[in-house]
Amino acid sequence: MIRDITIGQYYPVKSVIHELDPRVKIIGTLLFAVSLFLLKNAWSFLPAAILLVCCIRLSHIPVRFIARGMKPIVLLLLITAAFNLFLTPGNILVQFWIFKITEEGLRVTILTVVRLCFLVFGTSLMTFTTTPNRLTDGIESLLSPLQRFHVPVQELALVMSIALRFIPILLEETDKIMKAQIARGADFESGNLLRRMKNMIPLLVPLFVSAFRRADDLAMAMEARGYHGGAGRTKMKPLRYSRRDAEAFAILALYVVSLVLSHNIHNFI
Amino acid sequence: MSMIDVDQVSFAYERMGDDGKVTAAEPAVSDVSMAVSEGEFVAVLGHNGSGKSTLAKHFNALLLPTEGAVYVDQMHTADECNLWDIRHTVGMVFQNPDNQIIAGVVEEDVGFGPENMGVPTEEIWERVEDSLGAVDMLRYRKHSPNKLSGGQKQRVAIAGVVAMRPKCIVLDEPTAMLDPQGRQEVLQAIRSLHDAGVTIVLITHDMEEALCADRVMVMNDGRLVMNGTPREVFAHVRELQQIGLGVPQMEWLAYELRSAGMPISEDIMTRQELVRELSALLSQTA
Repeated sequence: MIRDITIGQYYPVKSVIHELDPRVKIIGTLLFAVSLFLLKNAWSFLPAAILLVCCIRLSHIPVRFIARGMKPIVLLLLITAAFNLFLTPGNILVQFWIFKITEEGLRVTILTVVRLCFLVFGTSLMTFTTTPNRLTDGIESLLSPLQRFHVPVQELALVMSIALRFIPILLEETDKIMKAQIARGADFESGNLLRRMKNMIPLLVPLFVSAFRRADDLAMAMEARGYHGGAGRTKMKPLRYSRRDAEAFAILALYVVSLVLSHNIHNFI
Repeated sequence: MSMIDVDQVSFAYERMGDDGKVTAAEPAVSDVSMAVSEGEFVAVLGHNGSGKSTLAKHFNALLLPTEGAVYVDQMHTADECNLWDIRHTVGMVFQNPDNQIIAGVVEEDVGFGPENMGVPTEEIWERVEDSLGAVDMLRYRKHSPNKLSGGQKQRVAIAGVVAMRPKCIVLDEPTAMLDPQGRQEVLQAIRSLHDAGVTIVLITHDMEEALCADRVMVMNDGRLVMNGTPREVFAHVRELQQIGLGVPQMEWLAYELRSAGMPISEDIMTRQELVRELSALLSQTA
């Protein structure tokens, strides 16, 4: 049950998108997400759609696999759609009982749904094509200017990567403790919410104790291997921009230009 | 030349009360003097709580002695300036492989030590390849450590230390959490490192493991009680049993036969030796 949770799912195939520098993908995804929310004009979604479709095709990830990522937000999507559809005032198109669907409502609903779908597709494309390690490296590198303001960026990145490494280990441990406690008569399944939360204590206490012990061991091992903070470290896999990344940046620039053009499209027609 | 020099070292763990003040000191190591020479393979034996792990943590300045002094390659461990040099000279492998692997990919974990030392990128790759090769784990370089067996994980941990190119490696019960198969793999890796010229200190409570060492030291109640070749140490069957340590099978059998009145020499260590001795005896009586 617990093992079904996967954080930062990665879809291992070889593709141009997979090989891009993580920084390009992070910047691109951010740009894409922000642009989706700035867009008011229906025409502007055309460049966004083209960009998204091209990226998905280039990534060699089956569309069905990406669509599966939509599952958790279907409910959210339906509720948002319903609110927009029935509660937007304007020219009434259809009316039955207390429900009215207006022209504006229909427009806003379609835009919102498209927006959310694009957002989920775009961001999951990033996690599908980038390993958690590369993602951490990318974030570290992008945030490194903050080091000047004494933000411990390298340390934070290390914390993140250690956390990622220990998720499966602690999940396994939770599973083990749970079984051990069930074998001694603990009950995690019945009773109301409060009761269940109380029943979790025999699970959480040993889990925390063990996590602290692991942290202690790990710190000792890191120290023994010469870790003394981020200063003076070299990198085994430093990030380097390649030609591909330059091309990707050029494409992103074109995307921004086309957005600006499409936004003012009524001036041209 | 001696790699590690321990001079009359005592160490006590301090126990804190609720107010953060030291209320009691529990001695873990008392008045131990010993030395490990360069290129030697030393096993430190002792049962739980004998102070052997505490002693081991003094070898690369993870702990500093309460009394006495430890010198690593002529460097005083209590001197702050020597700290990183000492850590680069003496590498340390711990009991639980899961709690010493930092990265989510095998090769990146092996690269962690060299990264900390500030080794240039190209050389890191070289070192990672060499050290994974040395423990026979090159095939798994792209794997996630979570998918490996215990023995494989421990070998990755050893590779992570080897990549720092230390002169000496201290292993603190590296096989205690492994199955017999994993134990063999790890011992094999340790032996081949020793053959490559690395000084090895193996902390263990397993007699059979201690047999592959050049020298065996036995700890009991924080004191060093025996120090000699495996042959010399394991001949003291009765004393070893008194401090709660078993004796390797063949030694034990030879001891029992001897006490039953058979004239068997005291330095039997391997099965072949015992077989030879017994068949000589049988042909005499026949």
